[in-house]
Amino acid sequence: MAFERETDYGTPASTSEEMITLTIDGREVQVAKGVSVMRAATEHGTQIPKLCATDMLESFGSCRLCLVEIDGRRGTPASCTTPAEEGMVVQTQTDRLKTLRKGVMELYISDHPLDCLTCAANGDCELQDQAGAVGLRDVRYGYEGENHLAEPTDTSNPYFDFDPSKCIACSRCVRACDEVQGTLALTIEARGFDSKVSAGSISDDFFSSECVSCGACVQACPTATLTEKSVIEIGTPERSVLTTCAYCGVGCSFRAEMRGEELVRMVPNKDGKANRGHSCVKGRFAWGYANHKERITKPMIRETIDEPWQEVSWEDALSFTANKFKSIQAAHGRGALGGITSSRCTNEETFLVQKLVRAGFGNNNVDTCARVCHSPTGYGLSTTFGTSAGTQDFDSIEQCDVIMLIGSNPTDAHPVFASRMKQRVREGAQVIVIDPRRIDMVRTPHIDAASHLALRPGTNVALLTAIAHVIVTEGLSDEAFIKERCDWDEYQDWARFVSEPTRSPEATAPLTQVPAEEVRKAARLFAMGGNAGIYYGLGVTEHSQGSSTVMAIANLAMATGNIGRPGVGVNPMRGQNNVQGACDMGSFPHELPGYRHIADETVRSLFEADWGVKLDPHPGLRINNMLDAAVGGTFKGLYIQGEDILQSDPDTRHVTAGLKAMDCVVVHDLFLNETANYAHVFLPGSTFLEKNGTFTNAERRIQLVRRVVTPMNGMEDWEVTQALANALGVAWSYTHASQIMDEIARLTPTFTGVSFETIEEHGSLQWPVNEKAPQGSPVMHVDGFVRGKGKFVVTDYVPTDEKTGPRFPLLLTTGRILSQYNVGAQTRRTENSQWHEEDLLEMHPTDADNRGFVDGQWVKLASRSGDTTLRLTITDRVAPGVVYTTFHHPKTQANVVTTDFSDWATNCPEYKVTAVQVAASNGPSDWQEEQDIVGRKARRIAVVEADK
Amino acid sequence: MSGAERLVRMANQIARNFEIHGSEAATSQTATHIKKFWAPSMREDINAHIEAGAEGLSEIALAALQALKAG
Repeated sequence: MAFERETDYGTPASTSEEMITLTIDGREVQVAKGVSVMRAATEHGTQIPKLCATDMLESFGSCRLCLVEIDGRRGTPASCTTPAEEGMVVQTQTDRLKTLRKGVMELYISDHPLDCLTCAANGDCELQDQAGAVGLRDVRYGYEGENHLAEPTDTSNPYFDFDPSKCIACSRCVRACDEVQGTLALTIEARGFDSKVSAGSISDDFFSSECVSCGACVQACPTATLTEKSVIEIGTPERSVLTTCAYCGVGCSFRAEMRGEELVRMVPNKDGKANRGHSCVKGRFAWGYANHKERITKPMIRETIDEPWQEVSWEDALSFTANKFKSIQAAHGRGALGGITSSRCTNEETFLVQKLVRAGFGNNNVDTCARVCHSPTGYGLSTTFGTSAGTQDFDSIEQCDVIMLIGSNPTDAHPVFASRMKQRVREGAQVIVIDPRRIDMVRTPHIDAASHLALRPGTNVALLTAIAHVIVTEGLSDEAFIKERCDWDEYQDWARFVSEPTRSPEATAPLTQVPAEEVRKAARLFAMGGNAGIYYGLGVTEHSQGSSTVMAIANLAMATGNIGRPGVGVNPMRGQNNVQGACDMGSFPHELPGYRHIADETVRSLFEADWGVKLDPHPGLRINNMLDAAVGGTFKGLYIQGEDILQSDPDTRHVTAGLKAMDCVVVHDLFLNETANYAHVFLPGSTFLEKNGTFTNAERRIQLVRRVVTPMNGMEDWEVTQALANALGVAWSYTHASQIMDEIARLTPTFTGVSFETIEEHGSLQWPVNEKAPQGSPVMHVDGFVRGKGKFVVTDYVPTDEKTGPRFPLLLTTGRILSQYNVGAQTRRTENSQWHEEDLLEMHPTDADNRGFVDGQWVKLASRSGDTTLRLTITDRVAPGVVYTTFHHPKTQANVVTTDFSDWATNCPEYKVTAVQVAASNGPSDWQEEQDIVGRKARRIAVVEADK
Repeated sequence: MSGAERLVRMANQIARNFEIHGSEAATSQTATHIKKFWAPSMREDINAHIEAGAEGLSEIALAALQALKAG
């Protein structure tokens, strides 16, 4: 796509379906009722000059440039703040208007640097454009008067500069921060001529302010006041390609704006249905890892993990791997190999890895990193509703009256959707937060949750059952909905169970540590507050009862009739970009693509006929089972695409033991990650900028990932998997990722209408996409549940085996921070580390006082599994008795501490509950020192050493 | 922890979460769950553990595994 600036309609669109007719410059036009005169004109090809107006923001009416004349009205009203009306007659260009606009523009330009030729926004500046549009030829006032031209530039933010000398005080940046992002970090300080944009901090610089670097202000700025550093350095882009972000499960659509093969900037796509033109610091700015010096672009092999890596040709690497894998199967049987797919990779890549395992290795030992995050969602929602996915689209939040957030911290983990949530809260929606920590959705500017149930980690099921107890015993169930849509007998069993006095808020308060009255209040609000939507995250799934908690959530939604229409539903907030897709594509060892069990002969024969090979009818090993089997000596080889199990999976010592016990570990990734320390083959991967494919976000939305630069390693990741398969003797001949999607569609009933062409045509599609729903399915279970009748499941509270006691008196829970992502492989290699350069341990002031700790000191965090050291931050965000940390940095190795306890149904690790003790420390633990040595030794590359 | 001990813990945990449905239903549900999600090698290993005395297995888990073995 050639570079075209997106049309800016000046003010937002109207949602009204009613049309009105008015006359603009002598031409009759029809527009939706509720739009402004400015938008009406723009929609019909008339660009009224403007500066303070942009369609990402509500109209403001401050610049006085967009004046028009309207028959029957006095004066010259601003077209941005004047609603279009039936029969209105508007003039946008008269002598009077021309004079007025020129006068206004003269004033702006008299206090603006005349450095257009050397300005970073030259050719991409609205002020420049509008000066041309109004025909400004000179400035009568001269340039010597009082001005702002000497104001210094704030370069503190690593991604953009703020040059106040170019500011026209239009407030677009301030309004973007308020209206779009919802952080309210910026303000206009002082009045009149002294008005200036301020970041509000004492030093008044962006970096030390509350700015979250979402980029909305930069996008909104009509001049070069706020400009990306990359544009200042490289220049303006000359073409753009639409693609999809590779960070979290929101799946933001972006314009990758390019100059040649160089990425200049990522700009959120206004028409993106997941992000509606917004972005966060990761997707907007943190793409520098793609060109990081630590990227490995050549295949490497070694016989043993003690040797340095040898760079080799692709042919040699693939033949080395194929020989190793064949030898392993000859010696130990076909079940001695397995593969792990990644939620960071595309649907097509994931599909091919599971196909390689099933059709190439001849077993079902394939698993995915979704095992360690949302596998309980699959189990819980398929059991209760009949499908392993969230029920809504993101737009649904606009009709939600009560937002119940459980174990989800969207402002950090899903920031773009969090902004939409905050917008809805400012419109009046109420929030119930169920989380051990006081997350930002509890209380921040303009956010004040109706309830914060700060439960003790590990008691989700007890608390949700107590909420159900209130709903049932107080007669708040929607029995009409239940009778029509659910199994009534199962409901009655469940209602009897939750109604027992032992499950009341009063009886369970000692367990959950949540006051009973708070639980009753939240339950009543959820049941009676209007449309109620549940949004949950890994604070639900990563527990020994993760699957039970998902089913308890589904029970609550069904009991209150909050399923099957916009504004309600059950919404799993997926951590990585393609968690949903990785699960859809048959990454779990017991099921083929489309969530169909491998034992189902009819389904299996469909794949056997298409692939021309007999498939193993039995479930394969999960990741943890593979590692157990490796330690036991029966599992010997593993192909891992795009995943760092050593850093991300629990109980690091056990993972290490499993990897060390294998004869051939193949890591296919961008960097030499922690897992690669124990690998024998490294196959270099490609970034999302270097390949074609699709990602499926948390709302089941399938979007295209488009290749914008040539892969550094020479191949897209699906091509690498295909080459490996062919080296093993499986003859595949895909020439484009779209052919893989065609195969997926051919074999998967919920994808029959999906192809690269149909996605291109619609922009994106939410599965199911088939004959019944050719345009996709924004909301599921509209006329009935996929499984038939909704199933109420009795969820008994079973306490975790992980207990606190005298040796380990505190509970550790883990999570994410805004600027870093997952194991940090990408974000640690960007300027985002300026915000978070290390994992910190959060502790309540009371617990810190009891131990004599001070903020910032080094502490040793120890559990039954192991120990690590990190620095302390003292905060009342966490409750007494609870500590919290992130797992973004390999030096910390937070998962040395987490245990191998897991969800009873899916083995999703119990990351959120670990009994720990915290003691003073002087430095790194023995484990950290040992791993540092192991890592440095394991990353040696012989060719590079020889070159020195 | 040995491989067998891990499998025993998994089976007991599954059985414990179905226990609320009563012994008979829980045994059947535990058996179905293990059949649906466990690889044959895992079932072979735990069957060997049962042959060796079934140490640590809960009543429901043991009954479920025996029912599965009996087909």
